[in-house]
Amino acid sequence: MSLNKLTIKEVQAGLRDKSFSSVELTQACLQRIRENNHHLNAFITISEELAIASAKKADKLLAENKAWPLTGVPFAVKDAICTAGILSTGSSKILGNYTPPFDATVIKKIRSQGAVLIGKNNCDAFGHGASNENSMFGPVHNPHDLSKVAGGSSGGSAAAVADNMCTFAIAEDTGGSIRQPSSFCGIVGLRPSYGRNSRFGIMPMASSFDTVGPMTKTVEDMAVVMQVIAGQDSLDATTVPDSVPDYFSELNKDIKGLRVGVPKEYFETEGMDKEVRQIVQQQIKELEKQGAKIIDVSLPLTKYAIAAYYVLVPSEVSSNFGRLDGVRYGVRSEAENLFDLYAKSRSIGFPEEVKRRILIGTYALSAGYYDAYYKKAQQVRTLIRRDFDRVFSGVDVLITPTSPFPAFGLGEKASDPIALYLADVFVSPASNAGIPGISVPAGNTKEGLPVGVQIMGPRLSEGLVMRVANKIIKK
Amino acid sequence: MSLTIKDVQKIAQLARVELTPEEEKRHALTISTVLEFVKTLNELDTTDVEPTAQVTGLEDITREDVVRECDNKKGLLEQMPSVSGDLLKVPAVFSDSEDVI
Repeated sequence: MSLNKLTIKEVQAGLRDKSFSSVELTQACLQRIRENNHHLNAFITISEELAIASAKKADKLLAENKAWPLTGVPFAVKDAICTAGILSTGSSKILGNYTPPFDATVIKKIRSQGAVLIGKNNCDAFGHGASNENSMFGPVHNPHDLSKVAGGSSGGSAAAVADNMCTFAIAEDTGGSIRQPSSFCGIVGLRPSYGRNSRFGIMPMASSFDTVGPMTKTVEDMAVVMQVIAGQDSLDATTVPDSVPDYFSELNKDIKGLRVGVPKEYFETEGMDKEVRQIVQQQIKELEKQGAKIIDVSLPLTKYAIAAYYVLVPSEVSSNFGRLDGVRYGVRSEAENLFDLYAKSRSIGFPEEVKRRILIGTYALSAGYYDAYYKKAQQVRTLIRRDFDRVFSGVDVLITPTSPFPAFGLGEKASDPIALYLADVFVSPASNAGIPGISVPAGNTKEGLPVGVQIMGPRLSEGLVMRVANKIIKK
Repeated sequence: MSLTIKDVQKIAQLARVELTPEEEKRHALTISTVLEFVKTLNELDTTDVEPTAQVTGLEDITREDVVRECDNKKGLLEQMPSVSGDLLKVPAVFSDSEDVI
């Protein structure tokens, strides 16, 4: 078996019984990238030299029996996350030359275990998109069908894991950016509760929504990575002090008597693919066979989540992106005066969708419109949270499709922002509420495209959602 | 709510983004569509509903107010587009000034 295809659990076993070395495993991943990246465009930067050096160090640790869970394991990182000494552009031109002098906290934790960072993944610029077509480095292609999108915004990370170019990836989910591409590419992706993992070193998009999470081949691997990265961080004041449970022990618990809610709104939406509905309904029956109690529920606010999201997120974006002005770091345009320096650097440095969101946010926050747009959307966000609170008083978790349809064609929704925004209709509600959601492969359409199911739970119930996700067996 | 080209120019100026005439046209059209779409929020009665600004419930998270040394000054300086010694170089802020630092 090719080493690059192994899961973290398999890699751990192989490295410890000396069946192969981390250098051999890293070489296998790099070889796969060389073979396939020109088809997929999943990587923007490949840090080959550094990867081999890290792998050699990891092999030394392994030889001395000083290994941690992720020692010697090759991983990739979304380009909107800062990695010390490795180009981090956020898939934009304005940071086209930016090499951070520091690691994001989650990356620091992983690298300090001796994991092998092999490169940076393409994404929609700064996470703005649901198809990875808003990257200034070109779109990512879906490994299951090159004419389809990989999903977004973390499309490069999803394609890289699905195509076995790395053992796992770290990405960021604001409104579905981990879960939706995981569903489109047939891998496991977790958006943790807001505040569970540190956001320090993530290029901020919408600070009250942004989360960092792993993308893996199995739910078991998800538990391994979460165990390493979760927890409070003094550099991110929004991380919660709650202790991190033992995720791995959760996985093997059964689901007998567990109350699984099926929200009807997630099965009735317009434009829903029939095959997706069937595949998810079949998985619900399987959970019932394993002893789960299936309960029909209603989340009537579901359809308003995208509308609230597209007021609140652009508003936070317009404020956050003030820092990207060509003054202190990144690419600076030549200009006669300060105003032009800002305006030209931002004009050249951002793709159209980023500009659109900055403009929408600037408008929504401007005098006279604040109450009608921003405050109204914040109030609706409260109603969405109450909707979930009410439902979670009667069920333990919720099961839904991750996306109403499988991966769509490249260019298919590119000229219609609303059509693309609506691709996140089932992932945006959890983002508004700050609750965890995991996408796990459930089956394939007749065309061979992956379909994911999403398990959502109350805040800080990552262990529980992983336990249920672990019971989903791909058909 | 329909945005005119003039509206877009005004917002773009506030946001410090230079747009081409084609971009102005496209943004006027697409942003108007987005504003129309988000109007669906008005179907909901939000009288006396508290707005949500954050979801953790954490309050007053503070740290000691002490000066800490930057552990990678050189790394930060290397990322600056233009420097003069250990200082960041920017164009003159006032148009009648010839100072560059």
